[in-house]
Amino acid sequence: MIEVVRAGALTTVQDLGRHGLAHLGIPRSGALDEPAHRLANRLVGNPESAATLETTLTGIAVRPHVATTVAVTGAPAPVRVGGRPAAWGAPVHVPAGAVLDVGTATHGVRSYVAFSGGVDVAPVLGSRATDLLAGLGPAPLSGGDRLPLGTPAPRPCPVDTAPLSAPARDLVLRLVLGPRHDWFTEAALAGLPRARFQVATASNRIALRTEGHSLERAVHRELPSEGLVLGSVQVPPDGRPLVFLADHPTTGGYPVIGVVPAPDLAAAAQARPGTNVRFVPVA
Amino acid sequence: MKVMKVGTRALLVEVGSDAEVQSLHAEVLRRRAAGAMPTVGEIVPAARTVLLDGLDDPAALARDIAGWHVTEQAADEGALVEVPTRYDGADLAGVAAHWQVSEDDVVKIHSSAEFRVAFCGFAPGFGYLTGLPERYDVPRLATPRSSVPAGSVALAGKYTGVYPRSSPGGWQLIGRTDLVLWDPAREPAALFTPGTRVRFVPVDR
Repeated sequence: MIEVVRAGALTTVQDLGRHGLAHLGIPRSGALDEPAHRLANRLVGNPESAATLETTLTGIAVRPHVATTVAVTGAPAPVRVGGRPAAWGAPVHVPAGAVLDVGTATHGVRSYVAFSGGVDVAPVLGSRATDLLAGLGPAPLSGGDRLPLGTPAPRPCPVDTAPLSAPARDLVLRLVLGPRHDWFTEAALAGLPRARFQVATASNRIALRTEGHSLERAVHRELPSEGLVLGSVQVPPDGRPLVFLADHPTTGGYPVIGVVPAPDLAAAAQARPGTNVRFVPVA
Repeated sequence: MKVMKVGTRALLVEVGSDAEVQSLHAEVLRRRAAGAMPTVGEIVPAARTVLLDGLDDPAALARDIAGWHVTEQAADEGALVEVPTRYDGADLAGVAAHWQVSEDDVVKIHSSAEFRVAFCGFAPGFGYLTGLPERYDVPRLATPRSSVPAGSVALAGKYTGVYPRSSPGGWQLIGRTDLVLWDPAREPAALFTPGTRVRFVPVDR
């Protein structure tokens, strides 16, 4: 059992999400920076599918009621246990009753906190993830919430290291054009590699929204709703592309100019508002 | 039939009508059940398309699909869900005026049609149902309601839908059901899945 002492700006329970249910209107959800979530679990000896906590900018403080091993990955942040500095990106022992405090991220947006045994809330449709679009899974955490922990694996923690990435000045996202790139003008497509966008403050777990540049449409008729994949870059009528992240709707009625390959989405999940964004079309 | 690449792991197959989407979707499910499809993570029908996501080799499947002969779906194929409905919605009179019939006739027309869940979206368990002739299309409300009660039976465009939970909404409300369409703790969680046949059965309030 862990008790939330300080919930932070937005902390949710996340795992690898719900799969195979998009035809029912159920988003995939799951950790936005999936490699960081997987790494945090490996560091504490969990399977990568165990649930972690995903924080947003300002971290979290929790008090475990039993001794546990934790690891913090993703956005780098000061880690303290019982008031003393502890390691980021490494297994850390937290005694029963001591407060684990993950502070404000020094760069990036989302930190992941894994506990040995994993956060063991009841799964909904095969996943413990909080889905903010569909309203599935546990609500975002509040101070005083108590969350159960699972039984730690008997095997010792595997040796692993967390590479500490430098803050990227620009977010560069590969873009596989289609399925509706032909709904945009030649000029919009030709100018795309040089176009500068910025991450908008309205970005969330559903989408990374952009501002600063508009993509002009050549086709102005309405698009009947069609299925969306993770990383779809949809262009609403204002011309400002948005990149769909884990809590994205399963269908949408604005043209998708291209798709950002999944490996690039971890960086998108860590880009702060104001960060420059470029799209690099690839075959 | 047009097959488009979506990213590195998905295909979007576009056809000409709702009926063709239903037939194509049924064909995909048949082929998957028969083991005649590569592994696919998500099969998402929509208004004019079926999305196939989580493919290892989308290019190979795209070539394969080009050679498919899609058979038309039989009218009585698929599970049937009956929705007991009190036709007392706030927009029943408005829909009657739009259709130029009486309110009783709205009930008759709507409850004698057989619908199919064309696709799901908007919220978990929300199905876009088709089945009314085109002359009964209705516009969305100019000003959406900030809250529509769960179980509301509503019309917009050519679609009928049932709100699985209370939410904002711009569809025209013609009635209400006590049937629970969506319950994540139940198996199945959603009563409306793509291809399901649906009838609305009038009941007294």
